[in-house]
Amino acid sequence: MGNPAVRLKIIGMLLILLITGETAWCAGKYDYIDISNPMMKKIPIAVPLFKPISGNTAEIQTSDSGSKQLSNFLGFTGYFKVIDRGAFLIDTAQSDVAIPQYKAWTTVGAEFLVTGAAASQDNQLELELRLFDTINQRQLIGKKYTGHPDDQRKMIRRFCSEIMMLLIGNSGIFDSQITFVSTSGSGNKEIFIAEFDGSDARQITNNKSINLSPDMSSDGKYVAYTSYAGGKPDLYIQSLSDRKISVVDKKGMAISPAWVPGRFELAASLSFSGDPEIYLLTGNGKIINKIIESSGIDLSPSFSPDGKKMAFVSRRAGSPQIYIQDMESGKVDRVTFYGNNNTQPDWSPKGDKIVYTSLDKNVFNIVVISVNGNGAVQLTHGSGDNESPSWSPDGSMIVFSSTREGVSKIYVMTAFGTDQRRLVDLSGQQSEPKWSPNVTN
Amino acid sequence: MRLTSLKIRIPVVLILFVLIAFLPSCAKKKIYSEPGASAAGSNGSRAGGSDSYGSGSGSGGIDEQALKGGAAGYDQAGGAASGSSLGGSRESLVSEDIYFEFDSAVLIPEAREILKTKADWLRSNSGISIIIEGHTDDRGTPEYNIALGDRRAESVRLFLESLGVASSRMNTVSFGEERPADPGQNETAWAKNRRVHIEIAR
Repeated sequence: MGNPAVRLKIIGMLLILLITGETAWCAGKYDYIDISNPMMKKIPIAVPLFKPISGNTAEIQTSDSGSKQLSNFLGFTGYFKVIDRGAFLIDTAQSDVAIPQYKAWTTVGAEFLVTGAAASQDNQLELELRLFDTINQRQLIGKKYTGHPDDQRKMIRRFCSEIMMLLIGNSGIFDSQITFVSTSGSGNKEIFIAEFDGSDARQITNNKSINLSPDMSSDGKYVAYTSYAGGKPDLYIQSLSDRKISVVDKKGMAISPAWVPGRFELAASLSFSGDPEIYLLTGNGKIINKIIESSGIDLSPSFSPDGKKMAFVSRRAGSPQIYIQDMESGKVDRVTFYGNNNTQPDWSPKGDKIVYTSLDKNVFNIVVISVNGNGAVQLTHGSGDNESPSWSPDGSMIVFSSTREGVSKIYVMTAFGTDQRRLVDLSGQQSEPKWSPNVTN
Repeated sequence: MRLTSLKIRIPVVLILFVLIAFLPSCAKKKIYSEPGASAAGSNGSRAGGSDSYGSGSGSGGIDEQALKGGAAGYDQAGGAASGSSLGGSRESLVSEDIYFEFDSAVLIPEAREILKTKADWLRSNSGISIIIEGHTDDRGTPEYNIALGDRRAESVRLFLESLGVASSRMNTVSFGEERPADPGQNETAWAKNRRVHIEIAR
């Protein structure tokens, strides 16, 4: 997976063939899921083992691991309930992947069915995946993916994105990643990247110093973070393909980077003038201009999805609070008023909310609030300190860090605060998770 | 609640610092690696329980042995003090940290007194350059704490500058919450971590 050029080639070779004519279905037609309802019923879906076409070992392996991956991906979203295979009424190995016995599936409660068939030879994997509506008895999506066996996960991710687009109305989170800080390597705080579900965590810094606050660019090619590798907190902008690093090494500190959506620019808090202020920088770390200035600390920028506004933390009123600045007019509005310590704003992908960390009664918790400052809802309760919230790219989930089990670890929950669970399985402590945009590559 | 106990604690700790700074015999015995350290290092459950020295032994007097034992696990300050031929002020420049209240970079009166002593020595030792390290407790978010540590270091730098220490001799660095003096999770530890530490530049 290391060489990006090779990866691109493999992906280029991924042929996607539409094997059904039924493409007229749009998201609106399948309004099965009311995603604005926190009490929504999970959609029951059956995912039988993929069928090995010739029965060779590679196919049997894909049959098992592939159907497991697909089930896990869909289950992870919180929208689906994957039905236990033990409940199935039919021997799926004997049935046709293209023509399901719909009745047998509705009887076990499955409203949707995904079938798969794997053909593997000469280091090439052909994966056929189909989604069926078992109640209306029709195929909704059919795709055949061809590529290197290493790209099995990518094929399944892509099919899950199709399912999400059709049933939920957005492409979900399967092409996103999570950057975070972990001490699991050398014991020092280094920057890691994991898949959206916390799997496949890999270390991208190894300077045995202190590295903090990672943020991935919209195109997924760069990660900006704070590093003490030079003895003080500097801003590092690291290319993920060749590991080249641009360093913003000014007097004082350069911290809390946030990329401007869709641009090779980022905002960060720099204190070389004597006071931490927020500056706009090029992706190469050149200062463009100062965008936030007040007496006292200004930091932790987070842009609205259209890049026209920016949330940030300022101490201008005597305690750290969250503000929004209109980038064009420069007009600033205060968002938070309750409590004396509100930090780490993260602007929702839908643009209507900001999630942040709030200190109340001596505990840090995650709170979500409308951008106009109304309707604050606390999402975490009575479970240690909860910090560093970050939205998934579809706005359905929030990743955060928590000390609920002792040392800080990474957790996810739905945007309503439900289904809170551990995400990354690593030793040591993990903190400052940041969910990347979807990056299709 | 924490702030209340802090208000009581800090002055007592600092008064002890100041007293100890004027007692050369004590300094030699590393007592200024601080009563707070002893309390937290040897017995975390004492946190905030008592500000008096004698509560452990019940005698009420300063028990030198107990302090030395307690300080063993805490090598922050005074490690090089014993047998040193250097002047006490150079030692105390490095060993005496400046403490702050929660979420504040404001120099409290005791901090100003300590800094005046440091400035005196720095003025008469003009060849020395220093690094002013700003630190915080781990309450609050990592990036905010770097900014807060930056402000604390800057407060100290500006105050020393106002007392006649040339700006060119001072550098600041903020470590935020990343280098706690005491890793404990209680007010005693947090109070010790909200500090500015001074190092001599090499």
